Amino acid sequence: MGGASVELIGVEKRFKDTVAVDGVSLHIAAGEFFSLLGPSGCGKTTTLRMIAGFEQPTSGVIRIDEQDVNDVPVNRRPANMVFQNYALFPHLTIFENVAFGLRVQKVAKEEIPSRVADALSMVQMGGMEGRKPAQLSGGQQQRVALARALVDRPPVLLLDEPLGALDLKLRKGMQLELKRLQREVGITFIYVTHDQEESLTMSDRIAVMDRGAVLQVDSPLDLYDRPRSRFVADFIGTSNFLEGHITESLPDRLVVSVNGIGAVSAPRGQIPDGHSGPVTLMLRPERLTLGGEDVNRFEAVLEDTVFVGNDTLFLLRLASGDPITVRYQNQTPLVSQTRISVGHRVWVSWPMESSVLLV
Amino acid sequence: MTSRPGKVLPAYYLLIVFLLYIPLGILFLFSLNEGTALSFPLQGVSLDWYRGMLDNDQLLTAVRNSAIVATVSGLMATLLGTLAAMGLIRLRFRGRSLLLAVALMPLLVPFLILGVALLILFSATGVARSLVTVALAHTVVAIPYTLLIMMARLIGFDRAVEEAAADLGASYVYTLRRVVMPMIAPAMLAAFLVAFTLSFDEFVLASFTVGREPTLPVFIFGQLRFANRFPEVVALASVVMVVSIGLLLVAERLQQAYSGRVTTQRSSGEGASA
Amino acid sequence: MIQGKGRWASVMLPALFLVAFLVLPLLLMGVMSVRPRLQGGIFNTDWTPTLDHYQTVFESGSFLPLLGTSARIALLVGCLATLLAYPLAYFLVFRAGRRASVLLVLLILPFWTSYLLRVIAWKIILGSNGAINSFLLYSGMIEEPSPLLLYNRSAVVVTLVYVWLPFVALPIYAALLRVDRSWLEAAGSLGATRRQTFLKVTLPLSLPGVVAGFLMVFIPTVGEYVAPILVGGTRGSMYGNIIETFFGDGINWPLGSALAFIMLGCVLVVVVIAVKTLRVDRMLEES
Repeated sequence: MGGASVELIGVEKRFKDTVAVDGVSLHIAAGEFFSLLGPSGCGKTTTLRMIAGFEQPTSGVIRIDEQDVNDVPVNRRPANMVFQNYALFPHLTIFENVAFGLRVQKVAKEEIPSRVADALSMVQMGGMEGRKPAQLSGGQQQRVALARALVDRPPVLLLDEPLGALDLKLRKGMQLELKRLQREVGITFIYVTHDQEESLTMSDRIAVMDRGAVLQVDSPLDLYDRPRSRFVADFIGTSNFLEGHITESLPDRLVVSVNGIGAVSAPRGQIPDGHSGPVTLMLRPERLTLGGEDVNRFEAVLEDTVFVGNDTLFLLRLASGDPITVRYQNQTPLVSQTRISVGHRVWVSWPMESSVLLV
Repeated sequence: MTSRPGKVLPAYYLLIVFLLYIPLGILFLFSLNEGTALSFPLQGVSLDWYRGMLDNDQLLTAVRNSAIVATVSGLMATLLGTLAAMGLIRLRFRGRSLLLAVALMPLLVPFLILGVALLILFSATGVARSLVTVALAHTVVAIPYTLLIMMARLIGFDRAVEEAAADLGASYVYTLRRVVMPMIAPAMLAAFLVAFTLSFDEFVLASFTVGREPTLPVFIFGQLRFANRFPEVVALASVVMVVSIGLLLVAERLQQAYSGRVTTQRSSGEGASA
Repeated sequence: MIQGKGRWASVMLPALFLVAFLVLPLLLMGVMSVRPRLQGGIFNTDWTPTLDHYQTVFESGSFLPLLGTSARIALLVGCLATLLAYPLAYFLVFRAGRRASVLLVLLILPFWTSYLLRVIAWKIILGSNGAINSFLLYSGMIEEPSPLLLYNRSAVVVTLVYVWLPFVALPIYAALLRVDRSWLEAAGSLGATRRQTFLKVTLPLSLPGVVAGFLMVFIPTVGEYVAPILVGGTRGSMYGNIIETFFGDGINWPLGSALAFIMLGCVLVVVVIAVKTLRVDRMLEES
């Protein structure tokens, strides 16, 4: 099979007076598992539908495998789509659903049964050929939709929140399976989702979108550790945010005066040289320690503890009045480890590398 | 609210249904009665009227005429209703609500007025009245029904299914033929059957627009003066009753079977086996 | 589903058909109603509009009272059919359980048998040697057949209620289906009695269906002329019968058109009032 690259150059989509997609440029490599992530209404689905050919861009160029496809109608584009509600043909059997693409592309009749069987076994749905979609569960319909989209070996597969209708457990299982499938067939997956955890689990790279624009394109790790905007930091994982301004620029670090609590050391990160003015300090709750001796160390009052299974959350308030959350994994009985109770003062500390500065 | 068993409502339902069927039962009894007088006591059972019905050429011609008119107007109303439903649901154009209002207007205008208006139209344009004019009139009044049935079907039609077909490489015509048509065909058949039945039984419009060849209700109305032929008409009506009940049961089935299937397909949230 | 030229066909074909065979005829009828009575048939275009026919209608003492009678009968038939049908629909939706769809079909079936035959059935039942009379004679309960049953307005009302009853149940049934059971349970859990729940939740929510059902009877009944001929006799004549006479025998089309237009106007006023006050239009679009 093998994948194809997909390129969007300054793609814009307007519906009457609203801008759904606002100048998106992306380069998606062949064979990549690429996600478009964002809240509903951010333009991710419209972007996907433009790649599929259901929507025409108002301006900009879309290339698949280095060919302009702007003028190629949807039925001739080398990209297949897996729909949110599967869109299986209700009047056709599973076999005919999967064979549909082969039939319209005039694949030799003798070849069809074996290719359908291959596609169905790839998604572990062998033996279901004679059934109708309504006789399958949601998860099974999902698999058939995948087989139908993969059977004619498209170089690009577009997936529009394909797991959105499944329950949590099934969704987790399917995430891993999709990832395995993508590695096996080696084609380019472009995956639309609003679930940050889902995209972190599966993607090689993620484009975070908001209000029609791409804010950041990076690997899951980089997005998590080096978000470049407050939106991204907030949307991916959970974060504490503190406001301040740069007071000192040293060769190896910056010193930031955080409003109401004092000086914090932080790596330069993406802050440009000579930047002055306000900055936002982002701290991941799991990178903070209670009662530690790290370079950044401040006093806070414990207001509540929340037990959430794997983790315990400590909700604290700094002297500035800002709330701050610290997360501990429940490896050992925590309460005895920290020996603090609600209402008590406690030190919150973190190493310099855990500080992330955002403009 | 729903817990009390309550016997009043079921009893009421049974009473009303019983009363609804009594007149039909009486008609049926008279079709089996030996005498011509439509009164009690009955004069013995015979199938003479059914035999006579089969020999009554005028009656059979009227049945044939009605069947032709109902078929033609049913097809036209189904076609026009389907097209209008597609346009109203899929397109946004000026005058959309006006088209819907006009299409549903036959539900709001007494047939007497429509019949009179069509009589004026046909005489003003010099169109001779015939079975064709009856079929046109019946198409007008069947459109609201076919339109509503098709709109109900198309509202539940998942557009992604068409997109999926195009995405897999199917042309527009192929998608229409192999995906859309098979999916809406049951609703179209149901719409046709309702339009057919409406036309087959329609008297008021037919009486104003009919030419020399009578439709069945027009013929029946004319026969009411001749008491001795009436039992044959009643015999025929009994047959027609059974046939049209059969057709409507089929239509009902088609609509229910289809909407049932669609809903099960859509309620795919519960993830079963993996 | 529709692309390119198909877009136009899908809208224009039905629109043109409706203009030609629905809008145009009604307009012509309007024209006819202001046309003087002329020799030379319909192609004589040498005339000036006149309101004479409307004047005749309003000045003659016989037309408008009959319109009032028709409206009263239609109102009575509409109300009776709706009142009788409501408990049926309620029973089917809330009490009949799984058999509801079968029981609904059983209720509707009589409606799909020949309209003329159903009216004639009542002629047989009510006639002086009809079912009731001959049964009463046969069983010795009376000695002379009673002619009082047939050929009056009561016979017309009874017959029409019978004719329309199953049909009215349909929109009420559809409206009640939309009443979510959890709303009723919520009302109950908030302390409402069954009666209060019905009056404050179920009935208001089903009102659009009730109005739709009422109109579905009221409209054809205002224009009814067949049942009066068959079971109403001369005492049971309705407004529709005059219109039919003026057209049926070709006596006076312009006056007949004026009469028809006045009736149409009255019907539309009733419809608009009902639809505007209860927002039935939305429901019609949905169903």
